[in-house]
Amino acid sequence: MIVVADILSATIIFAIPLLVVALGGMYSERSGTINIALEGIMIIGALFGCLFLNAADKSGWGAKNPQLAVLLAILIAGLAGLIFSILLAIASISLKADQTIGGTALNMFAPAFAIVLTWAIQGQGQTTIGIPSWIPITQSTFGMKASEDPGFFERFLFKNFYLTTPIVLLILVVTVFVIYKTRFGLRLRSCGEHPQAADSVGINVYRYRYTGVAISGLLGGIGGLAFTVAAGSGFQSTVAGYGFFALAVMIFGNWHPVRIFGAALFFALFKVIGSYTGSIPFLPSFKGVKSADYIYQMLPYIVTMIVLIFTSKKSRAPKAEGIPYDKSKR
Amino acid sequence: MKNRLKGVLTSPGMISFIASVASIAIGLIFGYVLLVCFNQAQALNGLGKILFAGASSAEKFSKVLYQAAPLMLTGLSVGFAFRTGLFNIGASGQYTMGTFFALFAGLTLKCPWWVALIAAMLGGAIWGAIPGLCKALFNVNEVITSIMFNWIGMFMVNLMMANIPTMLANHYGAPNADRTANLAAANKSAIIPKWGLDTLFGSDYINISIFITILVALIIYLVLNKTTFGYELKACGFNRNASIYAGINAKRNIVLSMVIAGALSGLGGGIYYLSGTAQYTIVKSLLAMGFNGIPVALLATSNPIGIIFSSIFVSYIQVGGEAMQPEFAKEIIDIIISVIIYLSAFALLLKGVIKKIMSIRKAKQGEGVSQ
Repeated sequence: MIVVADILSATIIFAIPLLVVALGGMYSERSGTINIALEGIMIIGALFGCLFLNAADKSGWGAKNPQLAVLLAILIAGLAGLIFSILLAIASISLKADQTIGGTALNMFAPAFAIVLTWAIQGQGQTTIGIPSWIPITQSTFGMKASEDPGFFERFLFKNFYLTTPIVLLILVVTVFVIYKTRFGLRLRSCGEHPQAADSVGINVYRYRYTGVAISGLLGGIGGLAFTVAAGSGFQSTVAGYGFFALAVMIFGNWHPVRIFGAALFFALFKVIGSYTGSIPFLPSFKGVKSADYIYQMLPYIVTMIVLIFTSKKSRAPKAEGIPYDKSKR
Repeated sequence: MKNRLKGVLTSPGMISFIASVASIAIGLIFGYVLLVCFNQAQALNGLGKILFAGASSAEKFSKVLYQAAPLMLTGLSVGFAFRTGLFNIGASGQYTMGTFFALFAGLTLKCPWWVALIAAMLGGAIWGAIPGLCKALFNVNEVITSIMFNWIGMFMVNLMMANIPTMLANHYGAPNADRTANLAAANKSAIIPKWGLDTLFGSDYINISIFITILVALIIYLVLNKTTFGYELKACGFNRNASIYAGINAKRNIVLSMVIAGALSGLGGGIYYLSGTAQYTIVKSLLAMGFNGIPVALLATSNPIGIIFSSIFVSYIQVGGEAMQPEFAKEIIDIIISVIIYLSAFALLLKGVIKKIMSIRKAKQGEGVSQ
């Protein structure tokens, strides 16, 4: 049972960054702009979030108010991502450039910038920004004592618990409400489906698209920090392709927030099974095959592909995504 | 009338050229500002290295060409798919698969180099065909399939290499089992011939691969611009519905375009790892060469002839970036390239403005004639 608790808790901690970044991508695509740059945005968010956490750690203030510091770090990561994403918006909305151009440029810029900045701050060759040890939410955060022999629930809850988890779940709830129950959400979706029609009834398409990309930057930055915290070995100027996975999760989730949540959990579960193979008794071990763990590491990608092949006939991407809106072309 | 046609035909090329040069200049200035920010005393020296290190010696220049060859092919791969309206972000996986096929042919089957290169194209083509088929038959977005198959390809190649002892270095007396065998020890005939270029340049890195890749670029140019097939592919890229209406089989073209793009990337992997100077190391991250094809293609606006130059340019300043260490991180080069690509978005705007000005002027001239 302990293994099950560990697997479930690891699944959630890896699903959280996927979920929030995929939601960000959804805001952007629902407004009509494909955001290939999510990977880069995550890196920039994680970079500034981690730098803040380190500064808080050095001053001693962070260890005294750990969760407040994490909250601030989340805000800073989101803000950094938001500012960075505006570059994409300028290129693909105002300048009407092909949306892959801005995205590729941002994806290339972010890791290089992170490495150069880390070098400049920490000295040559020092490429890892460590994460302070006071970040996780533990029993003591609530004034409780950790039990000697933690049960299923305690282990599930406190093995990998960070402030990012409740915040991202809150973002999910807010997103469902905003997209489907508010005037803003309806207008945002209309800009991604038929911007000419939206424009004809007085909606400022450019403003909504800018807002969509900015929200994706905000959520992407938060997701970058959530990923780095979950990975646990410090920030090394990379998010290991999670920005692209998030894009896949968003398509898998059919641009629908609740389905994206399901897709993120699904993908994360198989990812975790891939890395826990040794401790799961009922999985075949492929005796006689060297490095058989690669088989399990392929699993999440193969399973996702199979599911996509069966579900994509009904796939409904926003109709006008990827096409720069030009007022003069009605 | 003839003159006017000539003017229209020559001017857009000229405009793109001017715009590209301007973007490169601004990117380099941005890079210089970064150098000044991080280490003022060494900044000028660093910029000098970026600009001139690649041409400072015959050995350095052969390294430029050595890296430019695979980069040109992944760039062509991405650019070719772009022309058909597809975003081939899977060049990395196709490149890895091509590498595996080439090395399997060279190391285990003991084939000569040209057979191994054909095998590389086959491997890449298979890995490119999958996203193409998924898109054509099941309507799965090619971006997501390509991303998934980058990772599946990498893990699968690692798995297969670990289980084929004749491919690994320790089978041929070397101590390490985490990389493929040195071709010089395993099968000399699989090394791409050098035709005496190595003595001319005084470097082991140079071989005939740069000529092969330039030839491939020219063939791709001819296919895209002088054949019905190329026309159909481009028509699909411009407007898929219109091309279907005109009787073009769009699904077939999507698959074929991805197969060719995959074969190009796969050939890139073969070219790089059959040079005799590189050994594939079993790693758990995607190879950067595939992703670097995207900026190469974008810099050249997916024009095959342009890709010849953009790949050599990117490789040139990358060699400069390596020479810049340890005073500066070589990643500054990536920043410069990303700025240049970003500016190409502005270049499109610039082109539009220039075109508008010219058309207004032409319209005025036209009025003058009629009066």
